[in-house]
Amino acid sequence: MVLNLDPRPLEMIRQHGARDYPNECCGVLFGRAEGENKRVIEAVPLRNLRTDPEKAREVLPLEEPGRESERNRFLIDPREQLRAEKDARARGLDVVGYYHSHPDHPARPSNYDREHAWPWYSYVIVSVVRGEAKELTSWVLTEDRSRFGSEAIEVVG
Amino acid sequence: MAVKVVIPTPLRQYVGKRDAVEVQATTIGEALAHLTAEYGDLRRHLYTEDGRLRSFVNVYLNDEDIRFLQKEQTPLNANDVITIVPSIAGGCARRCICR
Ligand SMILES: [Zn+2]
Repeated sequence: MVLNLDPRPLEMIRQHGARDYPNECCGVLFGRAEGENKRVIEAVPLRNLRTDPEKAREVLPLEEPGRESERNRFLIDPREQLRAEKDARARGLDVVGYYHSHPDHPARPSNYDREHAWPWYSYVIVSVVRGEAKELTSWVLTEDRSRFGSEAIEVVG
Repeated sequence: MAVKVVIPTPLRQYVGKRDAVEVQATTIGEALAHLTAEYGDLRRHLYTEDGRLRSFVNVYLNDEDIRFLQKEQTPLNANDVITIVPSIAGGCARRCICR
């Protein structure tokens, strides 16, 4: 499995991570499935609903509010997501995955990431260290949900 | 009556790789029951073991979240579109003590 990333969405993800630091950023990846591989044509920034704790609570309450906040959690507003799904379809593209940042953390998925993940999607993580985008990785959940497998990224074009 | 259920990309592998499925139903709950009866592998992704709709699964009727309508009892009209939207959430280490 390979995630083919166009240079433009790659730059978009890195910039979004840096811009929203020290909060976690998130967004959606539009593209196409190409057999076992995926191609990402566009990265669209979405709002981290955790910056609006009241609304976030309606969708998915935090387990330990004292330790969890917009700095180490992200949640996508399902209404924004519905709009994004429609935008993708209108342009003949599919939602192939999502991206988020790990502020001052390595670009490795956490258990929390895994527990909330769906099969098939590519989960791109960018590590942002002191405001600067660093390592960028991609992950796909295994069928039995037990772990994330690392997915190779190839920058195309 | 016939309604369309739009399937998100991660779940298309369980419905013969289609992006939408038509079902006959009069409520949301019935539509989802028929859908998962026909495509058994979908069931564990949409429902908990005790048969409740998973909290990570958002169901929209046209553009309305069914949680703000009558949930699974929400009645359907012909040509309604049901969209399944998977919740997307994540974050750093569970016990982030770095700041
Ligand atoms: Zn994460």
